[in-house]
Amino acid sequence: MMHKTNQLKRKLKTLFSVFFLLSSSSFVMGNEEFPTAEVCKTGLAVTDDTVTVGQLHSITGTMAISETGSVEAERLAIKQINDMGGVLGRKIEIIQEDGASDWPTFAEKSKKLIIQDKVACVFGCWTSASRKAVLPIFEKENNMLYYPTFYEGLEASKNVVYTGQEAVQQILWGLDWAYENLGARTFYLIGSDYIWPRTSNKIARNHIERFLKKKDSKCKVVGEEYYPLGHTNFRSLINKVKLKKPDLIYSIVVGGSNVAWYKQLKAAGITSNKYNLLTISTTEDELLGIGGENAEGFYACMKYFQSQKNPNNQAFVKAFKEMWGEDSVIGDVTQAAYLGPWIWKAAVEKAGSFDIDNVHAAHPNIELPDAPEGYVRVHETNQHLYSRAKIGKITKDGQFEVMAISDDLIEPDPFPKGYQ
Amino acid sequence: MGDYTFDEIYAIVVMQSFSGVSLMCIYILMGLGLYIIFGQMGVINMAHAEFLVLGSYTMCLFSKFVTENMPAFENYYVIFAIPLSFGVAFGVGYLVEWFLISRLYHRPLDTLLATWGLSLIMQQCFRSFIGAREMSADLPEWLLGSWAASDIIDIPISGLVLLLLTVFLIVGLALFKTKTRMGLRMQATTQNREMTGALGINTKMTDRITFGIACGISGIAGAFFTTMASTSPSAGTNYIVDSFLVLVVGGLGSLVGLFVSGGFLALLSSILEFFMTGSIAKVWLYLVIFVVLMKFTRGLFSDKVRS
Repeated sequence: MMHKTNQLKRKLKTLFSVFFLLSSSSFVMGNEEFPTAEVCKTGLAVTDDTVTVGQLHSITGTMAISETGSVEAERLAIKQINDMGGVLGRKIEIIQEDGASDWPTFAEKSKKLIIQDKVACVFGCWTSASRKAVLPIFEKENNMLYYPTFYEGLEASKNVVYTGQEAVQQILWGLDWAYENLGARTFYLIGSDYIWPRTSNKIARNHIERFLKKKDSKCKVVGEEYYPLGHTNFRSLINKVKLKKPDLIYSIVVGGSNVAWYKQLKAAGITSNKYNLLTISTTEDELLGIGGENAEGFYACMKYFQSQKNPNNQAFVKAFKEMWGEDSVIGDVTQAAYLGPWIWKAAVEKAGSFDIDNVHAAHPNIELPDAPEGYVRVHETNQHLYSRAKIGKITKDGQFEVMAISDDLIEPDPFPKGYQ
Repeated sequence: MGDYTFDEIYAIVVMQSFSGVSLMCIYILMGLGLYIIFGQMGVINMAHAEFLVLGSYTMCLFSKFVTENMPAFENYYVIFAIPLSFGVAFGVGYLVEWFLISRLYHRPLDTLLATWGLSLIMQQCFRSFIGAREMSADLPEWLLGSWAASDIIDIPISGLVLLLLTVFLIVGLALFKTKTRMGLRMQATTQNREMTGALGINTKMTDRITFGIACGISGIAGAFFTTMASTSPSAGTNYIVDSFLVLVVGGLGSLVGLFVSGGFLALLSSILEFFMTGSIAKVWLYLVIFVVLMKFTRGLFSDKVRS
């Protein structure tokens, strides 16, 4: 009896130790395949089982409204990547800093993330001003920023991956669409007064006056105006629009002004029954504040709408709502922010390394075939994305009905010839 | 303007005049609460704009509550939201005077700093407790549209309501100040605090109620602003400059001045914005104001202010 129990114990012991060896060896194997000394030679925060990345958005201040969606999307992507086993067998850990809607704070916090925390890359920034503030630091310290917002172009740093559209991608196809489908010949360009709307309208004006005019000589810009950020009185402008009767109101009004703009348009009788309006600055996020009924029937040109019907997007929307609540809405930039961690993961895995230069070298032609917006690919040279532009029509519940999708992937061209 | 018919120009003049009147009402509503606090109590309230926003939030949250719980009520809730906004802002103002302002009456510079701090605290409270995203009140359909007087002329309904509300508030305030016991106490306290106290009037309570009423009126204004702009934690920064502008141009602490300067600024910006483009019009507006203030250093109308 005694003898037998001992034998059993011994057997159990060996079983346990085999099991233990097996389980630990599989763990060791992950690191043997990608030993830390190999995948990270530049002293980034990479250990045998973790890699630390930075997240730098405004959690407080004016921009918190817009940037919250990006923070949430990046967190979702990182969580999903971790659930799949991480990057090169390492779990992603996040150090989050608050840029506080203040550009020098962005610069200071990016320094902290890169120099002190030695993060492997940073997902962050929203406004061009904040990106410009951190850019010299990323270039000097050689780190990588994944930037989600559609922006004015005129930049292509080797230390930034631009997951939103640059201006040309968002503007030209949209104007062509309005020319063909809305019969737009006269255009009234309106924007908030800073670099993005001004650069974008410059490109739009060039396109109208040089390219569309060749198709139909009636094409012209009948007005172009800018109002300070936060401006809430558009009544005079609206009266001017009524006097000029443009076929298309082309609007790049941002932030809180947006709400005032649409509410006053409606109050002055400018609705989609009588006028066409195309915007490149109003997403589902803004519509939450504006109220769908105030902008119903107007159009927006984006690369992503929450209502897109493909299965990848439906899974994304479901996962987003599970993590951040049933009420959340997902705008164009939020989806672009979601792409950041996935592109980084793909690049790191392609390079087999976390080091910035290797990741940079791996970026060209990285594809995300299953992105919520549809297939995207990183450009061969400028670290922007090829993507398809889409036209959405605003519905009463604050969503968009997708009206058209560009046939081709639109090439990102941050320094467009003939438009500057 | 040669390309336009007479009818079009006529219509635009009508609409532009109406938008000028709306703008004047907005200026007056913005300045009203600030005027009462400064005119009656000599306190410069840097947190003024946050009380406007408080009113806006009350309106938004109430509208959310109504649409979720009593949809049948949706078309009429605005009528109740306005007194509710007054109540909430009055309550907060009353407490702020009690715990903060009443301790600082003899230190005007410290009041400036304290109320500015208060504005930052209130902004962060909105952000933390209500949320950083923009909010909008679900307004009843009848308030959103326009009244098409002719083919081209559209008069915004919200503008008409705004006009009524402004007239109501100004007349109400004037009557309150001159006809009610509380109003007379307020005036007495402004003119001679010690004497008023000696006559057995509780001047501290009077201050508290004055401050509360001023905040409450800002709350009403804020509630109404939801019909044309958004509500976000930092929305106040859009209002504060204009609020001070209208008060300073009008002459600190004069109701007539507030009225005239609201009209003057509205007229000026309506004309400038119509003939120039947005940002440039704003530059010219400030230049003109600059010149006016050099000529009238104490504003267009200046009453005697308690020193």
